[in-house]
Formats: sequence, C-alpha cells, structure tokens
Amino acid sequence: MAPLDELKIGGMGASRRRVEDNRFIRGKGRYVDDIVLPGMLHVEILRSPVAHARIKSIDTSAAWEVPGVRLVMTGETMAARNLAWMPTLSYDTQAVLATDKVRFQGQEVAAVVADNPYIARDALDKIVVEYEQLPVIVNPIQAQSPDAPLIRDDKENQTSNKIFDWEIGDKEATDRAFAQADVVSKIDLHYPRSHPSPLETCGSIADYDRSSGKLTVYMTSQAPHIVRAAVAMVAELPEHMIRIISPDLGGGFGNKVPIYPGYVISILASILTERPVKWVEDKSSNLISTGFGRDVYLEGELALRKDGKILGMRMHTISDHGAFFADAQPTKFKIGLMHSTFACYDIPTGHLVSEGYYTNKAPGGVAYRCSFRVTEAMFFQERMMHAAANDLGMDQAEFRRVNLVRDDMFPYRTAFGFLTDSGQYEKCLDVGLEAIGYSTFKQEQEEARKRGKLLGIGISTMTEPLGAGNSREYDIIGIKMFDSAELRVHMTGKAILRTGAKTQGQGHETTWAQIVAHELGIPADDIVVEEGDTDTAPFGMGTYASRSTPVAGAAVAMASRKIRAKARKIAAHLLEVSEEDIEWELGRFYVRGNQERGVTIQDCALAAYSNVPDGLEPGLENTSYYDPPNLTWPFAAYFCKVEVDAQTGVWDVLNFVAVDDCGVRINPMIVEGQVMGGLTEAYAMANMQYMTFDEEGNCIGANYMDYLIPTSWETPGFELHEVVTPCPHHPIGAKGVGECATVAGPAAFVNAVMSAIEHTGVRNVDMPLMPNRVYQALQTGQDVSGMPPVLSD
Amino acid sequence: MYPSRFSYDAPTSVEEVIAILDQNGGEAKVLAGGQSLIPMLKLRFASPARVVDINGIPGLEYHRVDPDGTLRIGALCRHEDLEFSKILGNFPTLSQASSLVADPIVRTRGTFVGSLCHADPQGDWSATMIALGGKIIAQGPNGRREIKARDFVLGPFVNALAFNEVAVEAIVPPAKGKALGGYLKLERRVGDFATASVAVALDVDGDIVTRAGCALAGVGGRTIDANDAISVLVGKSLNSESIKEAAEAVAAAAEPRTDHRGSSSYKRHIVETFVTRILSNIANSEQKAA
Ligand SMILES: Cc1cc2nc3c(=O)[nH]c(=O)nc-3n(C[C@H](O)[C@H](O)[C@H](O)COP(=O)(O)OP(=O)(O)OC[C@H]3O[C@@H](n4cnc5c(N)ncnc54)[C@H](O)[C@@H]3O)c2cc1C
Repeated sequence: MAPLDELKIGGMGASRRRVEDNRFIRGKGRYVDDIVLPGMLHVEILRSPVAHARIKSIDTSAAWEVPGVRLVMTGETMAARNLAWMPTLSYDTQAVLATDKVRFQGQEVAAVVADNPYIARDALDKIVVEYEQLPVIVNPIQAQSPDAPLIRDDKENQTSNKIFDWEIGDKEATDRAFAQADVVSKIDLHYPRSHPSPLETCGSIADYDRSSGKLTVYMTSQAPHIVRAAVAMVAELPEHMIRIISPDLGGGFGNKVPIYPGYVISILASILTERPVKWVEDKSSNLISTGFGRDVYLEGELALRKDGKILGMRMHTISDHGAFFADAQPTKFKIGLMHSTFACYDIPTGHLVSEGYYTNKAPGGVAYRCSFRVTEAMFFQERMMHAAANDLGMDQAEFRRVNLVRDDMFPYRTAFGFLTDSGQYEKCLDVGLEAIGYSTFKQEQEEARKRGKLLGIGISTMTEPLGAGNSREYDIIGIKMFDSAELRVHMTGKAILRTGAKTQGQGHETTWAQIVAHELGIPADDIVVEEGDTDTAPFGMGTYASRSTPVAGAAVAMASRKIRAKARKIAAHLLEVSEEDIEWELGRFYVRGNQERGVTIQDCALAAYSNVPDGLEPGLENTSYYDPPNLTWPFAAYFCKVEVDAQTGVWDVLNFVAVDDCGVRINPMIVEGQVMGGLTEAYAMANMQYMTFDEEGNCIGANYMDYLIPTSWETPGFELHEVVTPCPHHPIGAKGVGECATVAGPAAFVNAVMSAIEHTGVRNVDMPLMPNRVYQALQTGQDVSGMPPVLSD
Repeated sequence: MYPSRFSYDAPTSVEEVIAILDQNGGEAKVLAGGQSLIPMLKLRFASPARVVDINGIPGLEYHRVDPDGTLRIGALCRHEDLEFSKILGNFPTLSQASSLVADPIVRTRGTFVGSLCHADPQGDWSATMIALGGKIIAQGPNGRREIKARDFVLGPFVNALAFNEVAVEAIVPPAKGKALGGYLKLERRVGDFATASVAVALDVDGDIVTRAGCALAGVGGRTIDANDAISVLVGKSLNSESIKEAAEAVAAAAEPRTDHRGSSSYKRHIVETFVTRILSNIANSEQKAA
C-alpha cells in the first residue's frame, strides 16, 4: 500500500486554500451585525464631546418622548444595578455610563434603546447634558505635574495620576556596566498611540430570557470565555446561565479583547426590556473610545565596548493608559512584556523602569497585533541598536552580528530572565543582507547623493516572546493562560474540532484541520473547525498575542495524539494482534513486519462506535488542555531600502526583504499572508497611522479621513524569505507568526529613513515619519520627537 | 451612522429638479455622486429635508470638446470618465489631476461638477478650474447663466448657486496657442485630501507665455486663486529665473494654517516646490520636443 501523501490530504506544509474564504468572498460571513433576532431593539450611545468635565445634570425627558423609544439609560440606571462601574482586565475600574465626571472625549454618557437605530440616534440629540469643564491632561508628562488635576478622583487612595511603578533587572550590575563602558549611546523615543481599527467595529446582541434565566450574548470578542467569566462576576449571573457566542469576526488586532461599556449596556437593556438588544458602534465610536495600542515614551541607553560588544542596557518607559487602566495583559507584568527587549542579543545585564499614568484619553493599551507591549520593546531595541552602531562608527549589520545570540548558546537566559530556546539568528541576518544587496549599498548611497538623491537602508532583527503562558507566570485577572482543544471523530471518520481560541482572520478553520490531518491522516477537508461559542467550545483564553498556534494549536496536536492512542487499541483489536505489534504510518495502523495487513484511521473510527474491544469505552473523542512549558521565540530579520525626496520629505520604499523563522510552517501560504499583513501595518505605523489629540483632548483621528490606514495603492511590495528552526518544546515545532512583522517592521522603515537623512546630524524622528517631519529634520538637522498634538510653526 | 429623516426624489429632467428646489426654499439638496453629500448626511453635518437625486436624468454624463476647442463637462460626468478620457490632450492640468482626486472607488461615482459645487477648500477640481479660467453653467427657474470658476467658490463649502439653481455643465475655454500645464498634490495616501496642491495652466505662443493660471488647494480657507500671482510669467519664456519668480509669488499667495498635516511654513514651501517642479517639467519637455 502506498503511504498517504501528506500534502494531498492537506496536512502539515500544505498551502491549502483558506476554507473560511469560501463564505467570506461570497458575502456569506455571519457577523454580529448580520444577526437579527425576533423583537430585537437597538441601542445607541451618547458620548462625551469633551475630554474632562463634571456632569452637572442630564435631562433625558425629551428623549423619552420620541415615538419608538423604549428605554433611556444613564449612569443612574446602571448604578441602580451596581453596574455604573465595571472591572477592567488590569484590576482597575471603568465607568460604564458616567455618573460623576467624563474623563475622555467619547466616553459613554447615556444610551437610548429604541425600535430601530434611526429612532435611537434621533433621540440621542434630545438628551441635554450640562458639563462643567475641567483642565485636561493629554500626555503623561502633564499628568506627572504636581498641580495636574486628579483624573481618578473616584478612587480611594488615589492621590496622583500615576497608575504604577514597575521595575525589573539588576540596577547595580547595570550601573557597573555603564561605569566600564567605552561609549554610552542614548535614545529618546515616543511610540505614538495607534488604534487597531479592525474593519468590523465592536458590537453585541444581548438576549436575556427571563423564563429560563439564560443570557445569550452574541459579541465581537477575541476571548469569549474570559467574557463569560467577567459577565458572571459583573452582572452577578450564574456562569452556566451565560452563553457568549463570538460569530465571524471582521478582524480584531487586540481591539476585541477588552470588555466595553456597550456590551454591558446591551446586557442590562435586554434584562430591563426583556427583549434582545443590539449594539453596534459606528466607525468613529470605535476609533475614539475602544482599546488603542502603544502610546509610550521610551528612553534608554547602552553601555558599549569599543569593539561593539554591548555591556549593559538601561530603559525607562512612561506610558499613557488613558482614563482607565484597561490594558489587557498578564497580571504580573504591568507594562506587558516590555522586558523582552534585547532578548535576541547577548547582553550581560540590564535595568528597566516603567511608570504608567492616567490621562484624559480613551483607555486600553491593548496588544495591537503583538504580544503585550513587545512592539514597543522591539522598536526601542532596534532604534537603540541603530543609534549605537552609528555612535560606535560601526556597520549596522556587523554591530548586530557581534551581539546576536549565537546558535550554540541556546537555551539562553536573557538579562531579564526569559529563556530563549532555539534559533539561527546569524543565518537569518545573512539571508537578508544578501537579498537586499547590502554589500554594495554604501557605494550606491554615495553615488545617489552625488545626484542629489537620498538613499537609506534600515535593519531590524528581533525575537518575540509568544504564546502566553505557561500558567505559572501568566494569567489575566487570575485566569491561568493555557488553552484547549476538543476533537470528536465521527463514525465515518469525519471529525469536528473545537478550541478555546477564536479566529478573526488568522485562518484557524484551515490550519487546525491541517494539524489533525498531520497527526491522524484524516484529510483536512473531512474536519470542520468551530470556535467562539462558550456552550460548545472547551474553556480557553482566546486569540491574541500570537498565542493560538503555540497554545491552542499544541492542544489540537495533543488531542489528536490521544485519539491516535485510543485508535491503536481499536486497531489491535481489529487486527487481532497485541498493541505492541502495531505500527503507525500516516492515516493507518499495520502489523509490524506485514505492512499489507492494516486498518485505516477511518476503520478504527467506525469500530469505535460499532465494534469496541472489551474493556474500552466506546467513542473516539478527546479534550486536551495544553499548558506550554515555555514561551515560543520566533525570529525576524527585516531590511528596508528607501529614497527620501529632500525637497518635500516624502519617502518611498525601494525594496523590502523579510526573513522570518517562525519554526515549522503549518500552511506556508497563510504564514506569508500573516507576514504581508503585519508588514503593511508596520509600514502604516512608520508612515501615517497614529492617533493624536489637541491640547483640549479632542481626538484627531475620529474617522478615516484623519486616521490614515494605507491602502494597497501605496503599500510597498515585500520580498519574503524563510528559515526554519523548529521549536524544541512545541508538539509540532511551530512558534507563531501572526505578529512578528508588526513588531519588527516599524524599526526597519524608520532606520532606513534615518540612514538617508542622518548625515545632517539628526538622530531621531518620531513615528509616523510624515513628510513634514522628515523635511523639518532635514532642514534643521535636529530631532523631531515627542508628541506635539500639533506641530507649531 | 444614521442620517436624520429626509424625503427622496428622483426626477428625470433638470426642469423637475429646479421645480423641487424652488418649492423647498433651501431645504432641498441635489445628490450627484454622493461622495461628499452622503458622508455629510451620515455625520449629520447636513440634514436637508429633501434629497433630489439627479442620477436618473438622461444626457448629463458627457464630456466633449467642441470644434472650437471648448471642453464641456456634463453634471453627471464622473471623475473616472476624465481619468480614462482620450480627449483631454489639450488639457494637461485636468488629465494630471484626474488620477489624484480621491481614490479609484470614489472616482467611479463622484462627479466633476458635484465636486465644484461642494466647494471644499481641499478639493482638487476647483483648483484646476480656477487655473484654467473655466466657467460653470447654472440653470434656475429663469433659465441659464454662466459663473466664472473664480467667482463660483465663495468660501469653505459655499458656492455661488442660488437655492433653486442646479449646475448643469462646466466649461473650459480653449487655449490661445499651445496649452501646457500640470497638477501636483501632496497627499499622505490615496484618497487623502491635499496637504497642499498646485494647479498650473499656461497658454504659450512659441516659447512666450501668453496666459498663466494657477490655483491652490489645501492651503487656505477656500481654494486659493493664484492667477494674479502667476501672471508674472506673462510675456516671458520659462527659465530658471522666471520660474523662481513665479514660484515665490504663488507661494506668497497661499494662506496655509498649521495643523497635523504640517506647519504653515512647510505647506508654503511645498507650494513653492510644486510650482517650480510643474514649470520645470514643462520647460524640460518643451525643450525636448523642440
Ligand atoms: C474617501 C473620499 C476621498 C475623497 N478624496 C478627495 C480628494 O482627494 N480630492 C477631492 O477633490 N475630492 C475628494 N473627495 C470628494 C469627491 O471628489 C466627491 O465626489 C466630490 O467632492 C463631490 O462630487 P459628488 O458628485 O460625489 O457630489 P455629491 O456628494 O452628490 O454632492 C456634493 C455637494 O454638491 C452639491 N451638488 C452636487 N452636484 C450638484 C449640481 N449638479 N448642482 C448643484 N449642486 C450640486 C450637493 O447638493 C452637495 O451639497 C473624496 C471623497 C471621499 C468619499
């Protein structure tokens, strides 16, 4: 019998077409807003026009008069149910509907429930709110000032705008390293606020059935099980009476991890009206009020030896969390995994100090397509590396080569205590240098300069900690970060797989089936994948921080293996030999020494329901929980070549080379898609995509005319290369890839532009590198940094 | 985004449109491509009681060049029709601008005339029309009248039409001599409104400029009419000296404001750079042709 061809059955390594696309490209996706329940009402939310003000009064009487209005809700309505405030994912509280003050522009103030959204929207205009304006804090520098107004006067014991101080590393050893340094190189950066802006905004339909006591909520959530737990706590409903269904999601990027006031409002509205209530926010509401990413000042320095060796590093971060500390991140790490900075470099010691502040801006420093602040950590790292190479007068590639962790050093303990386990960093560097034509670039650059053209090249290399947790160190509000898979093989050898993750564009429906195909030899087309319904899916922590393949994907492999173990017993029974005499090849058991005599996995499935050996339970199902022994550590090396127009500051990407080592690739096409998408977002950050505010706290970026997301028109092409170093502890050797490009990408673009203009003496231009900023740097030879809401003349 | 309630008409003749506008005394709005009006309705920046859709009126999609060289653009000619037009050879300013207006999706629906009526200070077409010395034909209860493009834009989002008039056609006069020109726009990405843009249109006899037109978008509270500024070129040939003089004069006419797209001095600098580039391109390609 010829063995099964794994690629033909859509197993590991097959660039299988995404099965979910079939319905998406036909317009048959089913998103929250597509769901219509009988008797459903609609809620629209009134938002604060100002960033900081005391609410003197709210008059809703005229709104109640509008025909078709069923309910008008204010903070008082919520407070009557003890729901005016809700807990956040970072042990803080957030206002659902404001009772005392509004603390950012766009904050939820009142809500109208009506027969249709037009009526609800009309009635919003009839609500009269009297505000007494207060001084506004738009950045953490202002927040630090001793006479800054206290934003969180609702909190007992809160006497300043500081949220936390956090530090890690060895201060004394670091001080010693700096004392010994030949050269100290410094950098001072701002990673601007940015909004993940998934195409589909957030929304929910709450359906409370008083007769059964059951609450069903259709919701745009990347982590439905966490929501179920949170709703049980907040709304004081029993957990078994809560069902969260996250249907098709139109993107998430971390934006759909937090719990938003709109969800809670729709739930209470359904309880009060005993009707299903739909809330779907519009684009502007999504942009101004839901979880942003980044917004951190990053300052630091490297202690360097003349030969290029890094002796130590210091880093200081000041982060802006908005009015409520609603970041989604592991409890232990207040500033996420910022301390993963420099993880790919062999540095003996370091010290990181972090401070977090409240400001009058929207809450939620979510992990926007990254593993908890890793984007900021790696951006700092690679901008610091770039500056340090220049300060040493060393070549950018050479400086990295000298300091990268070598292949023979794994497992490697980083200065901040992470354990990296595998990689071929130097090889990735070399593949990329070759592809971008690095060796001839200097000459190219000089010749171009003679013709009045400014060329630059930028490098960014990094390893990213993925797949939180292990559960010893990682939890969110106390819930440990493992994940799960449940595989049921039916009688005819077809199967259904459910996991605790939640796909939102990553292609789980395609790749999970490939893992099962690889483990069991069941064709991927015979496996349906379902996620997002807490009544049917096993408990899991959801999808973000590139954790699905490292954690849930591992659980899929483990569940498949347990099924194979049971199928082996059945095979022994069918073949009438003892289990020890059974061999496995893809999709089939056979008798050792007689390959012709065998049974397929499908034969075993049938027997599991029709011919079970004595003493064995019938059925062929398994639920596996996977608690990873460690994080996974993919590596990326990115190379970017740009040309800058000296008269306008406009820059164009001439060439971009990406080398990714994400371990074993389950579906190479999907991996490439993830890298392309991530690089597009990296380009966006570097070039145009940021959320800014004026002095009064008005959000400049409340719509897509002001908040710029690149289109296919201006996004450059990317040349992709791969290196594969399997993860030693992951069952199938995968490391995760959804976010590497967003994380490592921005510094490649910025370093390239800097390389083109730094002959003027400029060390830094903060993102986004808009033409006016680049031009200003070229003209003045001075840094353009910080976050001026508006550039003054 | 839910607009306020409005009623909707879809008449099939210009006369009907005018009658509806007339009856509603300023409460009705014409809907052409909808690429500006519909966002305004959804944001509730505009809440007209009636929306009068002109897309069902036959015979307004055209753009054509008359035997005397006059270009006529009907009220339902889309941006895209101009982008892919084969008859704009004598109107380089327009053809260069046509692929820079909005994005390819918007260009399939948005209309040239609608864009002029919208009078957005950042709108591209108004700048080209002012530079070209174009005119708009307005039709009302008392018949038709011609309005010069430079008199058509009164302020930000305010045009010279009476409440009961509809713009039916835009006209660009033929060049005297050879028509040269160009359009440059600084945008942060496709579909972005101009940070600064420059329209230049020249009539040239031999190598002497006989008429010079220029207008700017994005650098003032309305489209900036820089025709007077660029008239320093009239009677001269294009050389580095005259180009410099013109670029400085035009930059001085800009009224930019500092905002998140850049400082006022940066925008003024871009205007100067773009005027220089357009004129130098013209000079270079004329030299090559000669
Ligand atoms: C994403 C996006 C990006 C854009 N980018 C740009 C850009 O970069 N540059 C640019 O110039 N424009 C841009 N626009 C605007 C676009 O060009 C619009 O199409 C144009 O401004 C209006 O034309 P319209 O036919 O769509 O008019 P509509 O939206 O239908 O109408 C606009 C206004 O003009 C009035 N009106 C329309 N036609 C007539 C008429 N015949 N008589 C009387 N009044 C009339 C309407 O009542 C309304 O007040 C953009 C639009 C979008 C949505």
